[in-house]
Amino acid sequence: MSNSGEIWVIGEQRRGRLEEVSLELLSKGTALSQSMGVTLSAVLLGDEVEEIAREPIFHGAEKVYLLEDARLRYYQSEAYARLLAGVIKEHEPQIILIGATEIGKELAPRVAAKLRTGLTAHCIDLYVGEVNGAPHLIHVVPGWGGNLVMHIICPQRRPQVVTVKPGVLPKAVRDENKKGKIIKVKPDVRDEDFSRIETVEMVEEPPQGKALESADVVVCGGWGINALGDFSKVQELADILGGVVAGTRPAMDKGWIDEARVIGQSGKTVSPGLFVSLGASGAMHYTTGFMGSKVVLAVDQNSQAPIFEMADIGIVGDLREVIPCLIEELKKDRMPRKF
Amino acid sequence: MGLEILVCIKQVPHPDHFSEIRLDVGSGRIIRDGVPAIINPLDRHALEEGLRVKERFSGRVTVISMGPPQAQKALEEALAMGADRGILLCDVAFAGADTLATANTLFYAIRKLDKFDLIYCGNETVDSGTAQVGPQLAELLDIPQVSGVQEVTFGDEKTLEVRRALEHGYMKVRLKLPALLCVTRDINRPRLPTVQSIMEVAQKEMIIWKAKDIGAPPESVGLKGSPTCAAGVYEYKAGRRREIMQGSTEEKVHRAVARFKELGAI
Repeated sequence: MSNSGEIWVIGEQRRGRLEEVSLELLSKGTALSQSMGVTLSAVLLGDEVEEIAREPIFHGAEKVYLLEDARLRYYQSEAYARLLAGVIKEHEPQIILIGATEIGKELAPRVAAKLRTGLTAHCIDLYVGEVNGAPHLIHVVPGWGGNLVMHIICPQRRPQVVTVKPGVLPKAVRDENKKGKIIKVKPDVRDEDFSRIETVEMVEEPPQGKALESADVVVCGGWGINALGDFSKVQELADILGGVVAGTRPAMDKGWIDEARVIGQSGKTVSPGLFVSLGASGAMHYTTGFMGSKVVLAVDQNSQAPIFEMADIGIVGDLREVIPCLIEELKKDRMPRKF
Repeated sequence: MGLEILVCIKQVPHPDHFSEIRLDVGSGRIIRDGVPAIINPLDRHALEEGLRVKERFSGRVTVISMGPPQAQKALEEALAMGADRGILLCDVAFAGADTLATANTLFYAIRKLDKFDLIYCGNETVDSGTAQVGPQLAELLDIPQVSGVQEVTFGDEKTLEVRRALEHGYMKVRLKLPALLCVTRDINRPRLPTVQSIMEVAQKEMIIWKAKDIGAPPESVGLKGSPTCAAGVYEYKAGRRREIMQGSTEEKVHRAVARFKELGAI
C-alpha cells in the first residue's frame, strides 16, 4: 500500500443519470481514502453530463475527472476502454473501483487487461488489512461451501482494479455542501474507436411486474422446493406477504423462475426488510445476493445447512409442512379481529 | 473457405453438487473430491452458436480449454456435440492462474493458430463466475468483443449486429470480424450429441499443448503470471441472530412470524 496515488471510482451514467452503484462505490471509496490518507476521485464519461458531475462530489469525491464528447453518449466498448486506460496512465491512481453492472463487467476487464494489471470480480467488501505483516487492500469475495469468503490481494501491479456488485454496499450520504473540483479532460476520441465496434442503440425497459430490487419482502425458493413439485406455494407465500418471488440458480435450471429473478453472485442482489429463503442450503454464491436484508428467515430440512448461519430466524423442518403452515399463519392476520 | 471458429470452454463442478465443495481454510485450496464435472453450462451455448455459424457459412469449429488432464473429457463431449477438433492447454505451469493469466494462456495458444474469425465464450462460469476471461482475451488479441450476448444477426460473413443484455433493457452493437462474443443462455438451445456424432469423436483431432508448445513465457501464465492471488479463506461473520425456532411445526411457524414482526421486518 502506498500513500501516493488516488483512489478512483469509475462513475457509470446512463442517459445522463448516475447509477446507484456509483454512490455505493463512493461510500467505500471515502472510507478507504480516509484510512489510507489519499484522495478520492471519480471519473465520468459521457455527453453533456456536466450537470451530474457534482454528484460524486456531494457523495464524497474530492475531484471529478470529466470526459465529455457527443460520441461518448452511450457506452462504447473500445472508446471507453481506451480513454479510461489513457487517463489512468496519466494520473496513476493506485486503486480503481468499478460497479459490476452489465457494462462494468465488460469495461473493467478490458481496461485491466490493457494495463496488464490485477482485477478482482464482484467483491462484497474491501478494506486495508495486513497479510504477512504488510498492509494490503483486501478484496473479499464469496468462497465455496457455506459461509466462507476468500481474501484476494494484488501485491505488486498498479493500479489494482476491483468490481463490486450493485446493491451490496451502503450508499454514500448526499451532502450538497461538500466541495470539490471538476477537472475537464478533453477526450481524444478517434474515428477508429468506432470502426470495429459501435453501440448503435440502447433501449432501457422498466421491469415488468414488481421490481425485485425495490421489494419490501422477497420470498426465494431453492432446490428443496422439488419436494413440493412446483413453485406455486412459494408464489402464494410471496403474495400473502405482499412480496415478490425469486429463486436460486438451481430453481431457474428447473424452469421455475426466469433468469431475471435469480438471487446470488451471478444474479440479483436484494436487500428487503424480510428475505425468506425456502429449501436452499446456503452456498456463498447464493447468500451474497441477500446479505443486506434487514431480517432473514430461512426454512430448510437440514439443520446443519449453512443457510442457518446466514439467517436471523431459522425453521428446521419439512417444506411440505412448513410452507402451508406459514401461509395459514399469515392468513390469520387478515381475519378481522374482535375486540 | 469458410470461417475459423474458436470456442473457449471450461470444465466446472456440477452445480447440483456445489454444497459438497469445501475450501481448505489453511491452504485456500478448493476441495472438490468426488464432485462430478461438466462443461460450464453457458459454454455449451457458446459451442452451439459456433456450430450454427459453421453450418451457415461453412468452416471449422475448434474447442479450446485450459485445465488438468481430465478436462479432456469436456473437450471430447464438445467434439461429440459437433466440434471438429479439440485443444487442451495442460501444464503444471498453468496452475494457480487468475483471470489475466488464463487469458494470457489462451492468447498464446490462439496466436499459434494460423487464423481465426470468431471466438465464442460463455458469458461466465458457474464456479468462479467472474465473466472476465472473455473480455481480457479479446483485449490481448486486440479484437472487438461484446459481453451478455443474447442474439446475433449476420449482415454478411464479416459484419454482425448483436443484442446484448442490460439490467433492464438491451443494447445493439455492430461489429466487424474478427471478434469475440460472450454469450448468455438466451441465445440458443444447445444440441445433444447423437449416436453418430459420438462415434465420430475417436476420429477427430485432439491436440494437447504445454507452455513450451505455445511459446508462453513462464512469467505470464499460471501463478507467476497472475497479478492477483488468494491471501486466505475465512469464515464470513454474517452478524445474523441465528435463532432456531423450537416446538411443533405450528409453534415454530407461529414463533417465527411473531419474531420477524417484532424485528420490524414487515
